[in-house]
Amino acid sequence: MLHRFANPTRFLRFADIIQPWMAVLTVGLGAAGLYLGLFASPADYQQGESVRIMYVHVPAAWMGLFCYMAMAAAAAVGLIWKHPLADLAAKATAPIGAGFTFLALVTGSLWGKPMWGTWWVWDARLTSMLVLLFLYLGYMALINAFDDPTRGIKASSILVLVGVVNVPIIKFSVDWWNTLHQPSSVMRMDGPTIDASMLWPLALMAVAFNTYYVWVMLIRIRTEVAATKVRSLRMKQAHGS
Amino acid sequence: MTGFLQIIRRDLHLAFRQGMDSMMVVMFFVIAVVLFPFGVGPEANILARIAAGVIWVAALLSSMLSLERLFQTDYEDGSLELLTLSPMALEIIVLAKVVAHWLTTGLPLIVAAPLLAVLLNMNAEGFPILILALALGTPSLSLIGAVGAALILGSRRGGVLLALLILPLYIPVLIFGVSAVDAVVGGFEARAQLLILGGFLLGALALSPWAAAAALRQAVE
Repeated sequence: MLHRFANPTRFLRFADIIQPWMAVLTVGLGAAGLYLGLFASPADYQQGESVRIMYVHVPAAWMGLFCYMAMAAAAAVGLIWKHPLADLAAKATAPIGAGFTFLALVTGSLWGKPMWGTWWVWDARLTSMLVLLFLYLGYMALINAFDDPTRGIKASSILVLVGVVNVPIIKFSVDWWNTLHQPSSVMRMDGPTIDASMLWPLALMAVAFNTYYVWVMLIRIRTEVAATKVRSLRMKQAHGS
Repeated sequence: MTGFLQIIRRDLHLAFRQGMDSMMVVMFFVIAVVLFPFGVGPEANILARIAAGVIWVAALLSSMLSLERLFQTDYEDGSLELLTLSPMALEIIVLAKVVAHWLTTGLPLIVAAPLLAVLLNMNAEGFPILILALALGTPSLSLIGAVGAALILGSRRGGVLLALLILPLYIPVLIFGVSAVDAVVGGFEARAQLLILGGFLLGALALSPWAAAAALRQAVE
């Protein structure tokens, strides 16, 4: 499986097939999730209408973490088996993950103003998401800091693996340091504690965010492959062959 | 083992030959801390409250500033390539360089810290624990920082990049370093915090030479 799609031409053919499907799924599920979340679901008895922010905030936070893990897996594959496509996948994932993390922070802040009475609190979860955003930004800065693009990709792959070891440590340290955010109410061993009318839009939005990620990542990988081709053509021209 | 010691001796020699360079880091540390009373006002209570945090943050920044040169000069004059070709494992070489870095920057910081704690009006009970926490924490900073220093070799604008890469990774050490001092000043035991700092040190000791060596290998490739 891994080696089958390591060939860029084969991968691009595969991407051509699934990319429109991902676009359709993202738009369809996103629209359904937003409709259910914004209109068809009840307001929370405690949080009122602002609970609706959660339908964007929670999936965005999940995706922020998921993208980092995906990036680390791709970076590991790229370092170990030297698959050029895995490197490109890691590179393509970083801005998307940073975007999701940023979205989670912004929506959390918008939610925090009416709920906690402040835009920002130095609470454990907020702080670890902020650190995660910095890890993304560091990765993106490092990947673009070299004149030779392959150097940048290798160095930043090592960085993202170091980051993966550190993410749980940072999470645990920040938890010790301070805690105010409510504990998770969906990802629990004894099943979700929220009502189905709220769980459905949340699940739809989560899937829509996932398909959005795959969709945009495919576009970005395609762009990277094209950019690599352009670069090697230019090199050939410059060497006057 | 002799190679390990030789690299430490070589790096220490180089540091002493350059004389003021490693003192500069301590001076930065002192000046950065001294700026805080000007920034937050000279009230003794406020200064005592933030003393541990200010000293730790300044120690983080000074340790980071000196890291840029950890591999940079060796990379530029080509000795790094020779070191990677040597029969010794590159991980051991990295470890030796980190030890030398800590001896020239971490140790002076620990010596200067109590003086700064006096200036910030810190409770005297906090002094021994501050030194102990710094002694456990600064080697971790050097070890984690070595990975960043190896990654930025050959990049444009390395120094600023280094800050972006490693300061987020320093956060756990900062949290427990400050909390150890605050606990003792507040009349509690700091055993747990010190054990965790020791755990960080052992973890960094085991893992970061690998990552830094991998980064060095791809830098000289």
